Amino acid sequence: MDEGRAQRRAVSPRLWLAGGWLLLALLAAIFAPLVAPQDPLAQDLMLERLPPFWMAGAEPGYWLGTDSLGRDLLSRLIFGGRIAFIVAFAAAIAACLVGSMLGLIAGYFGGWADRIISRIVDVWMAFPPVLFAILLVAVLGTGLSSVILAIAIIDWTRFCRVIRAETMGQSRMDYVENARIAGYGRIGIMLREVLPNVVPSIVALLSLEMGIAVIVEAILSFVNLSISTDDPTWGGIIAEGRLSIHQAWWVLVFPLITLILTVLSFSQFGEALKTRFDPVLR
Amino acid sequence: MSAVCLDIANLSAVLPNGQRVLRSVSLSVQPGEVRALVGESGAGKTMIGKAVLGVLPSSVRIVEGDMLLEGEDLGKLPPKARRTLIGACTALIPQDPLTALNPSRRIGSQMTDRLVRILGWSGEKADTRIRQLLDEVQIRDPDRVLKSYPHELSGGMRQRVLIAAAFAAEPRLIVADEPTTALDVTVQKQILRLIAALQREHGTAILFVTHDLGVVAKISQRVSVLYAGKVVEEAETAALFAAPQHPYTRALIAATPRYTDPFASLRPVDEAVLAGLASEIAAADQAWRRPHG
Repeated sequence: MDEGRAQRRAVSPRLWLAGGWLLLALLAAIFAPLVAPQDPLAQDLMLERLPPFWMAGAEPGYWLGTDSLGRDLLSRLIFGGRIAFIVAFAAAIAACLVGSMLGLIAGYFGGWADRIISRIVDVWMAFPPVLFAILLVAVLGTGLSSVILAIAIIDWTRFCRVIRAETMGQSRMDYVENARIAGYGRIGIMLREVLPNVVPSIVALLSLEMGIAVIVEAILSFVNLSISTDDPTWGGIIAEGRLSIHQAWWVLVFPLITLILTVLSFSQFGEALKTRFDPVLR
Repeated sequence: MSAVCLDIANLSAVLPNGQRVLRSVSLSVQPGEVRALVGESGAGKTMIGKAVLGVLPSSVRIVEGDMLLEGEDLGKLPPKARRTLIGACTALIPQDPLTALNPSRRIGSQMTDRLVRILGWSGEKADTRIRQLLDEVQIRDPDRVLKSYPHELSGGMRQRVLIAAAFAAEPRLIVADEPTTALDVTVQKQILRLIAALQREHGTAILFVTHDLGVVAKISQRVSVLYAGKVVEEAETAALFAAPQHPYTRALIAATPRYTDPFASLRPVDEAVLAGLASEIAAADQAWRRPHG
């Protein structure tokens, strides 16, 4: 028993892989002006549809080739990552705060609070999320903050449902009853006793939600409803790449790969974090 | 200090469908006494404990009766004062040591927290007190235990920690809700001895809820036998075993397996006794309903 405790479990490879990719993408996005080989907006029709570096006809400095206006694809992906990460963090954290708080209240207090919150969640989830997002952005107007707001408004229910169920499970445990007997207030018990036990789930969901936010942002920019069309976004690049798929497949394929890797990494990272955070699973 | 630690009079509780789960229960616990509450599963033993501690499930409603804790009528106190009184005067030794400790907090912080936040002790005083209690429950390496998370301790260790925690604040009354049921037999005996020793040492009254007559005989001075939420017999422990009055009590004692004859088959409680009980309870319910509509 003592030995088992002394040996900290080795960090799993999936935490390394997922975390590594996210860190790489995040650093590239933060230091985009330093890292990007070209200006992402600079057009040069002489350099249009250059292939990636290993193919014949590639130009040095344009590693992943260029699009139909001669803009460097790698630089556009790096700058697009900025918007992807801002949206991912801001929207996921906003959705997490609202959803977790409501889920905690519904799960811990039960009764009327639970009935009201759960009905709202049911109604909310009846809307198809992507259409709901498009509708919200249409109403709120395009722009970074509306995209973030729209994602938070749609996806808080995900947190609410899971955290409610987890909280209900925890609330039935004897330690909560013991705290009641000791004379702790109900809100104190909810925040000090129950909340720490649902944090691992919140962390996992938060990471998963960041991946989802990246997808939703890409969908919105794909249909041209995200931020202004000047700034490169992954969804926007995919939309452009779709038009020239027969002449320059790389404009479609590389942003897709980036998107998939990022979303996958977020969800894997969350799961791995959950196992590390949870004192019982650890 | 009042003469009676806990006095329950005529307590009835119902489920939402109107079914009674406690049928006019009366029992009292003297200061420093171990009072056993014995009955089969679903007899309402735990329900009585929860009622005293103010943690009945929300579906169960108390419809009549009084509970006096240290002379204060729990039903008449405002909720806040009731919580404070219960928190200061009582503690629980729970049935399942696996879920009774918060899995995400270290043992030390859980144990001192209550003394510091509820009783207003200094952290240092609380720490000294906890170590003293851990020593009393024969935990030899308090440093390791206090630093551990609950899942790092065995079931028996956790139950010791919970016993130490229950006695730490010097409550007047401890409700022990089948504290040995979830443990294996060898550990049961140690835990039982510990509870008895600490009880004598601290002079705490215990309401000892159990289904095990062997435990009753070892630890308690007086015993109430419960069936379907009704006290069918109440007596001094010695007297109960020497001369059980109620047929159900006799049947329960007869049903207890004995080591003297390991090959005897287990004997269930006699059908006729249960039928007698059923009509007794039906009659009591009818009598109760008349004035209560």
